[in-house]
Amino acid sequence: MAQADLSMPPTEVQGGHKHPDKWKWYDYFTFNVDHKVIGIQYLVTSFLFYLVGGFMAVLMRTELATPDSDFLSPELYNAFLTNHGTIMIFLWIVPAAIGGFGNYLIPLMIGARDMAFPKLNALAFWLNPPAGLLLAASFFWGGGAQSGWTSYPPLSEITANLPQTLWCLALVMVGTSSILGSVNFLVTIWKMRVPSMKWDEMPLFCWAMVATSILALFATPVLAAALILLMFDINLGTSFFKPDAGGNVVVYQHLFWFYSHPAVYLMILPIFGIMSEVIPVHARKPIFGYKAIAYSSLTICLVGLFVWVHHMFTSGTAPWMRIFFTISTLIVAVPTGVKIFSWVATLWGGKIRYTTAMLFAVGLLSMFVFGGLSGVTLGAAPFDIHVHDTYYVVGHFHYVLFGGSVFGIYAGVYHWFPKMTGRMLNEPLGKVHFVLTFIGTILTFTPMHQLGMSGMPRRVAMYDPQFTSLNQLVTVGAYVLAVSVIPFYINVIWSWMAGAKAGPNPWNALTMEWTTASPPIIENWEVLPVLTHGPYDYGMDRASEVGPAGEPIEATKV
Amino acid sequence: MKQIPAPFWTLVLGIAVTLISLWVGQNHNLLPVQASEQAPLVDDLFSVMVTIGTALFIVVQGAIVYSLIRFRQRKGDDTDGPPIEGNLPLEAFWTAIPSIIVVGLGLYSVVVFQEMGGFSPGGHHGHGAMVAMAPQQSVIDVAPLLAQAGDGEDVYTKTQVYGFGASPLLQPNQPDVTVNVTGMQYAWIFRYPGTNITDGELHIPVGKDVQLKIEAQDVIHSFWVPQFRLKQDALPGEPAELRFVATREGTYPVVCAELCGAYHGGMRTQVIVHSVEDYADWVASRVAAATPTATVAETVADTDAAYLAAIAPDLARSPVQIAQMTHGTP
Repeated sequence: MAQADLSMPPTEVQGGHKHPDKWKWYDYFTFNVDHKVIGIQYLVTSFLFYLVGGFMAVLMRTELATPDSDFLSPELYNAFLTNHGTIMIFLWIVPAAIGGFGNYLIPLMIGARDMAFPKLNALAFWLNPPAGLLLAASFFWGGGAQSGWTSYPPLSEITANLPQTLWCLALVMVGTSSILGSVNFLVTIWKMRVPSMKWDEMPLFCWAMVATSILALFATPVLAAALILLMFDINLGTSFFKPDAGGNVVVYQHLFWFYSHPAVYLMILPIFGIMSEVIPVHARKPIFGYKAIAYSSLTICLVGLFVWVHHMFTSGTAPWMRIFFTISTLIVAVPTGVKIFSWVATLWGGKIRYTTAMLFAVGLLSMFVFGGLSGVTLGAAPFDIHVHDTYYVVGHFHYVLFGGSVFGIYAGVYHWFPKMTGRMLNEPLGKVHFVLTFIGTILTFTPMHQLGMSGMPRRVAMYDPQFTSLNQLVTVGAYVLAVSVIPFYINVIWSWMAGAKAGPNPWNALTMEWTTASPPIIENWEVLPVLTHGPYDYGMDRASEVGPAGEPIEATKV
Repeated sequence: MKQIPAPFWTLVLGIAVTLISLWVGQNHNLLPVQASEQAPLVDDLFSVMVTIGTALFIVVQGAIVYSLIRFRQRKGDDTDGPPIEGNLPLEAFWTAIPSIIVVGLGLYSVVVFQEMGGFSPGGHHGHGAMVAMAPQQSVIDVAPLLAQAGDGEDVYTKTQVYGFGASPLLQPNQPDVTVNVTGMQYAWIFRYPGTNITDGELHIPVGKDVQLKIEAQDVIHSFWVPQFRLKQDALPGEPAELRFVATREGTYPVVCAELCGAYHGGMRTQVIVHSVEDYADWVASRVAAATPTATVAETVADTDAAYLAAIAPDLARSPVQIAQMTHGTP
């Protein structure tokens, strides 16, 4: 296989100046503009925040091992639940999936030397660490924001004003980062593909990033507006959301959820892209239904903008809105189902390799089926009214966001780690990681559905003793999940330093990033690659092609 | 019987999956007891969704597990699978079927929602104003909704009431019992108009049409009785209503479902569904025992905690609530 045509003369590097062959370790702590450095910066920092958010979750589950509030003070519990949600969404999944994989892979997948706006790209990343510091500072100055990651007023306007302001500022910063990144992705994919790559020849991860970026550009400014108005209310005496001064608490909810439901798709669409890359490679089959998967990403992007009110069925929602948003929410299940069916069909008849990347991808598939089905039940207003703001919802969205997004990030790391570092991750350790994560996820999040249906609300530090046994089961599951990350972090650190050498294409994959060295050289290729086949042409005759080193590739026997 | 044709296995599996799904849908026992007229409607909808979900879950998970076993890489086989990239009829099929299912579920949800009284909060004349107007009196261009608002009222000047009103299954009438519900950090206060009864627990008669008028004093709370399958946020500055008929005597929890502060988890009380006779006795006893304490407290209390302690000292059951009352509210 080869997408690099070595007969072409070397292309002069951008700017005509000389670069070092590879970056030094300290370059990763600088305002480096290389998309690969920025991608790894995003990934490493987000994995650090993952530990922080996970630590908070473990403390909360320890508190919930007993019905009384006897481990954490209620105020601290609320601060942890607020910041756990905030960190996991805004500083873990979104930066890892979009910033990390997006930045690292998009130029490599489309044959570009970098993103369209490299400095903007670096700026987008460097907005994230200060945002995390603001959240950390909020704990030292007032005990942390305590009104949940939704921060509904009036509660957010009367509790812990300074931490709440810091929380708003942090989210405005990561929102700005998201907008800058989205502009960059769209322009890069639109303008910088190699000339030989048509839209319908792009890897599906690129399609997912197009949909993600469009969604972020539409939705994120609305969140920023809501947060800025909230800060005005808290600090400047305005009354946008103060009911006793003419404000309206429901308006905030509309603004918040107009972003924050699409945020679910911001988190999951890139992961869908990762799935579409990992499964064909390790199943050794072309992705089934390329166009259906690509268009379903755009459909989810479009419909996803019109479902936000299903978070407000029990709130100030007019009856007609409950109906409209019931229907639109349920409709999202269709393009999502199309993707799931297509991935299953890709597995069907393949030659499946049980790599850790594949295990996490299939694990995601399995989790997402359950999470998707419980999502459909939540779309139906009459049932949603019963379980809204209960542990049923907590179980559902963790199935989608942990069983979905986190499994997808793991799959992506195991798949592209050789490309990023030039070294393989240890597979047995990876399988231990997968088994612990899979069991822990089921143990932790499945009983939550029963808790919610039976009557346990979410966001409580103390609960009715009748729910004790199920809560203890959930807490054990959370501990298993906490333990599960240990082999992963050991694996990454050890393999990065001393893992087996990977070579340019250890999985024998066909997308363009595998045509360059591992890790890729600065500016990605000595010569610009030329597209000679599609990204998923597994099982097809590729005899006439040449490899990255110029060697002929034998025909693949089917 | 050398080779059993694939359609036969497909048929057998289809029948098995259908039977299993139907059984699970009817026997899941995932929900608490039904204690209102709305509860069976919600549960039936949920059971249908469980049935469909179980079928889909078995089919998709089955296909995944089967693929992982049947199509695993064999030792020494480094070749690729067959280059199958799509199948239009199959893709059209698996797009159409979920579309039909979700549209069907959507329509079913609308019917259930209507039968629960979801279209008529704030309605007092039988038809219920399906409403369509925001408190700001803005005009919403939803012609069918305005048509249903009916009954000659000026819909542009009414205030939106959120929640559930009279079910269309009931004869149009005034509610048998009206209770004003106030949510505050961290308790529910129930007042019975015209009786001077103020209580920290909700007492209602079984089989009677009950209307709760819900409001919040400080932050957003959410009134939820799991056994009734009803929930409505109590929004500061926005009126809300829950109207229902309790169908089963007993004591059920009243839960605040919306994060309302540090002691949100302690904001629990109960609804006691009496027989009609017991309810009458309860009302009579409370009226006889009524004192002006509540009125006095209302005028002098300057914090929620002081107010609560004055009118409903029984509420302070848990240590956390007592602690909160001691320190006052933010």
